[in-house]
Amino acid sequence: MPTGQSDNLLEVRNLVTAFDTDVGQLTAVDGVSFEVRKGQTLGIVGESGCGKSVTAMSVMRLLPQPMGKILGGDVFFDGVNLATLPRDEMRSIRGNRISMIFQEPMTALNPVHPIGKQICEVLTQHHDMNPDIAWGKAIEMLEKVGIPSPEIRVTEYPHQLSGGMRQRVVIAIALACGPELVIADEPTTALDVTIQAQILDLMKSLQRDLGMSIILITHDLGVIAETCDEVCVMYAGRVVERASAREIFAKPRHAYTQGLLHSIPRLNGTPKTKLNTIDGMVPALKDLKPGCRFAPRSERKHEQHHLEERPDFQEVGQNHWVEACPICVG
Amino acid sequence: MNSQAPILATKDLTMHFPVKGGVFRRAVAACKAVDGVCLSIEQGETLGLVGESGCGKSTLGKTIARLYEPTAGSIHFEGTNLAPLSRGQLKPFRREIQMVFQDPYESLNPRHTIGTIVEEPFVIHSMGTREERRQWVADLLRKVGLNESAAQRFPFEFSGGQRQRIGIARALALKPKLLICDEPVSALDVSIQSQVLNLLMKLQREMGLSYLFISHDLAVVKHISDRIAVMYLGRIVELAPSEEIYSNPIHPYTKALISAIPVADPTHKPDRVILEGDVPSPIDPPDGCRFAPRSGISHNKEHLDNLPSFREMSPGHWVEACPACLGDKVV
Ligand SMILES: Nc1ncnc2c1ncn2[C@@H]1O[C@H](COP(=O)(O)OP(=O)(O)OP(=O)(O)O)[C@@H](O)[C@H]1O
Ligand SMILES: Nc1ncnc2c1ncn2[C@@H]1O[C@H](COP(=O)(O)OP(=O)(O)OP(=O)(O)O)[C@@H](O)[C@H]1O
Ligand SMILES: [Mg+2]
Ligand SMILES: [Mg+2]
Repeated sequence: MPTGQSDNLLEVRNLVTAFDTDVGQLTAVDGVSFEVRKGQTLGIVGESGCGKSVTAMSVMRLLPQPMGKILGGDVFFDGVNLATLPRDEMRSIRGNRISMIFQEPMTALNPVHPIGKQICEVLTQHHDMNPDIAWGKAIEMLEKVGIPSPEIRVTEYPHQLSGGMRQRVVIAIALACGPELVIADEPTTALDVTIQAQILDLMKSLQRDLGMSIILITHDLGVIAETCDEVCVMYAGRVVERASAREIFAKPRHAYTQGLLHSIPRLNGTPKTKLNTIDGMVPALKDLKPGCRFAPRSERKHEQHHLEERPDFQEVGQNHWVEACPICVG
Repeated sequence: MNSQAPILATKDLTMHFPVKGGVFRRAVAACKAVDGVCLSIEQGETLGLVGESGCGKSTLGKTIARLYEPTAGSIHFEGTNLAPLSRGQLKPFRREIQMVFQDPYESLNPRHTIGTIVEEPFVIHSMGTREERRQWVADLLRKVGLNESAAQRFPFEFSGGQRQRIGIARALALKPKLLICDEPVSALDVSIQSQVLNLLMKLQREMGLSYLFISHDLAVVKHISDRIAVMYLGRIVELAPSEEIYSNPIHPYTKALISAIPVADPTHKPDRVILEGDVPSPIDPPDGCRFAPRSGISHNKEHLDNLPSFREMSPGHWVEACPACLGDKVV
């Protein structure tokens, strides 16, 4: 339950999100729980299709309508349950107290408006701000995200900017209203490593200055290690492991997390040696079992009942939680 | 390293694309995607190729495979210069150099069975009887770790990693000697990526293949490569054995690239060189040092006007950098 004095900005409890499809209702997020502390970064990592974006969309209440639905669970943001909040109240939070950064900056920007206008729009929408003041604030935001000559750039259109600059503009828009929570869904995946380093560096320094919390969604374990305080590892719609970044990398407990960490080539590893693999593939949503979902890909033998009963989400160390299938968590 | 002649050697290889403009759509400028590349690949070696988006990696790969007609320079493959050859003259070499592309979803025809897709190169080169070809396809599928029953199925029935194996099976059909792998694992999840990397390493051991391995993931490149070439704006700026290039990078661009790699270890404290500005345009690149605008190092007119030379700084470690970029390493 939410508590006034807690240092959690966001508490997600047993979130269940489903889609209506041709083949019936499919559960994409199946009882996910996590929390985000004030001023900290939570990373969500996992294979394609495991439900990272759907989790984010559920928190933002941006699920595609009418197919997407939150079927259960709570999303407490500063004590308010977003899961059941009326749409108009949610609209005043979204873009204002919580904002989002997407993978592909081009889809987040309107190609026919100058970037300055797009920053002004969020400011005037949420705050009763005079247009001239908003314009000045737009220039200030562009400067903050490291765009050179912001007073010239502010009148330019998205296509006139490079990929890295566009992502900076998206960040400027997301931060314009001084949000308490920023959800960044693969913010650097479309960018080069050198530009990725610039953007991650920028997000870190803005977090230091502005004190916001961040949820960072990525499939890159390197990015997680560098930027996150806490980590959720998702698999097939569930959080299978959650702990501090240090703990997850040093003492992964779930077989899936272990497999993932061992399958990436390391810069200090021995070249040309055989890498660890996780055989098989993520099961389709319609084929998911109620019990341990990693079983079909695990090297360890599961009994039938492990596939039928959902394992408990257990605390195995301080603040270290796992979906405790007895076979996968040795 | 190897006393044999290299399987591939390019010299001053250049590929410019016309940039059209104006009412008459005339060529108004050149996009200098590959602009004077000299490199070689030894028999059985993996040469990694890294660099930022748009620096010319794919174009270099395709030019070596002669999918493009080079603007200038030579491509010596086992002693024959492929650069001036006509389509007809190239035919025997097409079998020897094959490409594996990034996107396993796009490179396989969704309407064809896996059998038809893998058999295609044999059909194009009118090889074998139907029965022989069926047998070869089954052998190839086994070689890449798939069941031969996969031949009757369609691409959508396979995962990304399996589709990439199918692409590799097809590339191997004609027993090539050189495989140009253009971002072969970039579209795959990490858990699947290692399956494909293991396969490529196994095939190299078994068949003595040589690879040009293009990727923007430097940890992957380091794992699989014997030597690594760093490309910047159409040119190779550094070339060295992989351990050497990571432990002792000389060009400031290589240093920035290596320092930008996120390391999967929260206790690692990165000592990052953040590059200024953005990836530059290959249209109308500077005459001299191409890295000057991003280096944060002041360059004089001489550095900006003269192309630096490609020099061997220590055995097998080559660098093309201007004196300003080299700093105290100047000899
Ligand atoms: N509009 C939709 N209708 C039906 N199913 C959907 C819809 N959107 C997502 N899904 C399904 O929900 C599951 C989770 O998708 P999600 O986009 O959250 O994955 P992800 O973890 O973000 O993957 P990626 O790394 O590829 O972005 C997937 O199986 C996906 O097919
Ligand atoms: N067929 C073509 N016609 C005209 N220009 C081209 C063509 N192919 C590539 N280019 C240009 O050549 C330059 C190099 O492109 P290339 O695709 O080789 O880069 P890359 O290093 O492979 O990048 P990435 O990492 O994004 O794949 C780019 O500026 C690109 O726009
Ligand atoms: Mg996603
Ligand atoms: Mg490319």
